[in-house]
Amino acid sequence: MAGLAPESSGGIFNAGSNAAFKKQLNKVYAWYTGGFLIFVVVLAILEQMGLPRNWIGYIFLAATVFLYAGIGVMSRTNDAAEYYVAGRRVPAIYNGMATGADWMSAASFIGMAGTLYLTGYGGLAFIMGWTGGYCLVALFLAPYLRKFGQFTIPDFLGARYDGNLPRLLGILAAILCSFTYVVAQIYGVGLITTRLTGVAFELGIFLGLGGILVCSFLGGMRAVTWTQVAQYIILIIAYMIPVVWLSVKQTGVPVPQAIYGYQLQKVTEKEKALIDDPKEKEVIAIFQQRANELGEKLKDVKTALAADKAAASKKIEDLKAANAPAGEIAAAEKALAALPKDEAAAKDAWTKAKAANEARARPLGGMPRHATQFSGDPNGDQKAKDAYDTSRRNFMALVFCLMVGTAALPHILMRYYTTPSVKQARSSVTWSLFFIFLLYFTAPALAVLVKYEVFTVLVGTPFDKLPAWVSQWAAVDPSLLSVSDVNKDGLLQLGEMRIGGDIVVLATPEIGGLPYVISGMVAAGGLAAALSTADGLLLTIANALSHDLYYKMIDPNASTSRRVLISKILLLVVALAAAYVAAQKPADILFLVSAAFSFAAAAFFPALVLGIFWKRATKWGAVVGMIGGLGVTFYYMVTTQPWLRGVFGVTSPIELWWGIQPISAGVFGVPLGFALIIIVSLLTPAPRREIQELVEHVRYPSLNGDIDTRAT
Amino acid sequence: MQLTESHRHYWRKNLNITAVLLAVWFVVTFVVTYFARDLNFTFFGWPFSFWVASQGSLVVYVLIIWYYAHYMNRLDQEHNVAEIEED
Repeated sequence: MAGLAPESSGGIFNAGSNAAFKKQLNKVYAWYTGGFLIFVVVLAILEQMGLPRNWIGYIFLAATVFLYAGIGVMSRTNDAAEYYVAGRRVPAIYNGMATGADWMSAASFIGMAGTLYLTGYGGLAFIMGWTGGYCLVALFLAPYLRKFGQFTIPDFLGARYDGNLPRLLGILAAILCSFTYVVAQIYGVGLITTRLTGVAFELGIFLGLGGILVCSFLGGMRAVTWTQVAQYIILIIAYMIPVVWLSVKQTGVPVPQAIYGYQLQKVTEKEKALIDDPKEKEVIAIFQQRANELGEKLKDVKTALAADKAAASKKIEDLKAANAPAGEIAAAEKALAALPKDEAAAKDAWTKAKAANEARARPLGGMPRHATQFSGDPNGDQKAKDAYDTSRRNFMALVFCLMVGTAALPHILMRYYTTPSVKQARSSVTWSLFFIFLLYFTAPALAVLVKYEVFTVLVGTPFDKLPAWVSQWAAVDPSLLSVSDVNKDGLLQLGEMRIGGDIVVLATPEIGGLPYVISGMVAAGGLAAALSTADGLLLTIANALSHDLYYKMIDPNASTSRRVLISKILLLVVALAAAYVAAQKPADILFLVSAAFSFAAAAFFPALVLGIFWKRATKWGAVVGMIGGLGVTFYYMVTTQPWLRGVFGVTSPIELWWGIQPISAGVFGVPLGFALIIIVSLLTPAPRREIQELVEHVRYPSLNGDIDTRAT
Repeated sequence: MQLTESHRHYWRKNLNITAVLLAVWFVVTFVVTYFARDLNFTFFGWPFSFWVASQGSLVVYVLIIWYYAHYMNRLDQEHNVAEIEED
């Protein structure tokens, strides 16, 4: 592999001029894409010849992780500019692809279509929020940060707000949002590895971690960038093929994005029929009855529990007396052992079971009608009107938080330091959104196509004639899919099926009748999405600690190689810590991811934007604004979100402000942050001359007598 | 470093185009969403506001960013603040 070593010129990621470099990249990635497709075709042929399924899983996992590790080895580096910002030579289109992969996490790839399936129009808040945020990146941040041209976001805060305190706040906020986010990614890696190969969850986490580490550890931003491009190509192919196939199967048109409006119409008609269907009503009545029975038991837990225990014991005795088969007796003993141990446990278990039954005792299995905007009714009674207003307000608040959060997440903003020029930074945002758009444009289509399949093919089918994928997935994980004949009519009703969001993407190849190799490819795509995001996040945390905290604040005389070395050690420590937390399977992981957006929005967005657009913004304004914005966001979440209330031991009654859900807490933090920065800045003296010149400097791509702020 | 009239002009134009594009962004995102229930007419099969939230707004976002990059790159040239790029 001569010429691939990073120090020699002319290696794959080391061409001379920018144009020649881009040309070379085009060639490398064209070969790579072709190679990947051939790899899939070869596996498909092997599958037809009888290659077992779990082997396909192993081969996909090993091949992709080795590939990413290989790119990491090829682009290993100890140079600071290469390690932190990939040498600032990443062409706009490739930076766009890398940002796309960096951006689209396991939640986007696997979770989003599922959320859309379960919530219909309500889920579109994520589609709009996670794309529209790039308008804010392009208009307010990317070109200016690129002109500033250092390594991290705390760098900018430290320089613009003239001191280590704003930098330190930036470091803390960057770690807070990135760490919660990276835990979720590593959790996703463990989940997919387990599905793909059947190894234990903890082992899956550490296998995936190996893939992440080889890459970012050896080559920093440079390795991560070129791996992310490779990962983007895999994930977008893996997402598109099954959806296109399903669309051809249902409609005969291979462009699902253009055609699914008509499928949505059919789904809406079917929804009406299902809501009025007497069999569905029967199922709902049964669930309601079960909930009512549990409600009765909850009125007097002690007596009910004693009665349950007596009944279970009596059944065992009866069976024994009747000389029943050992299997039946064992089952009855198991049932007795499964009863709650004491009153508190019984109360807890029954309350949960009651809520679960009530949730299923609703039309369409509790799903809102797919095409209906917001819940409630603006023309109904007062209660319906309130429900409508609250639901609309929450939708818009969520969109706002996701957008502003997108424009403030350090691992995304950092990517715009890597382009060769301001001009390329601007067009790089266009490419980023374009590549993200391809997937986000498709997810709502996938949700509708799968819903059509479930409503028209599955519902009403006799239980013994259900397609094979239903029982297979129910066996893999009952929380993803479970069916039971509740009203004993032998036919599947929608209400008898419980579906977890993640299955929508994972099972699409089987729903469409594609070979197993495509399922393997989809899992590999999900893995690519999770790994690429984890890479970017880990690097952000390690850089915040090594570059901003150690080099800029503790030891400014540290040599370049020492800084890079420390960054690499920290990377390892942070990765292990994140893996440790992920292995505990923390509750409410989805909430944590969304919370990261609100935190980032409140902490960074006002300080960054005012720092560029308002010369008068001062150090103390920024400090107070960041603390205030983040503080109120944190406070609102801790007092209103059930899991955080438990963690922090909050017992006061939940008081929602204007009915806003805790997930959108940033909607209070961002305006407060802006207000505080403006008020405190006006009360403190204007920043010194050099700072004002810095602001002018970042506003113009090039100025005569320009100062040079680029870090080396 | 002394800013010339041309520089100030450049920055004013930048602020103007930013404000206009931000207004477009706001209308597509929040105004259409606010009136989502009322904008319910059928549009190639979709209810219109559903289509905007799932596709239309995304297209507009990409166009906003593309237009901004295009406009600013030209403005850089006109006001002589473009970087000299090695190619």
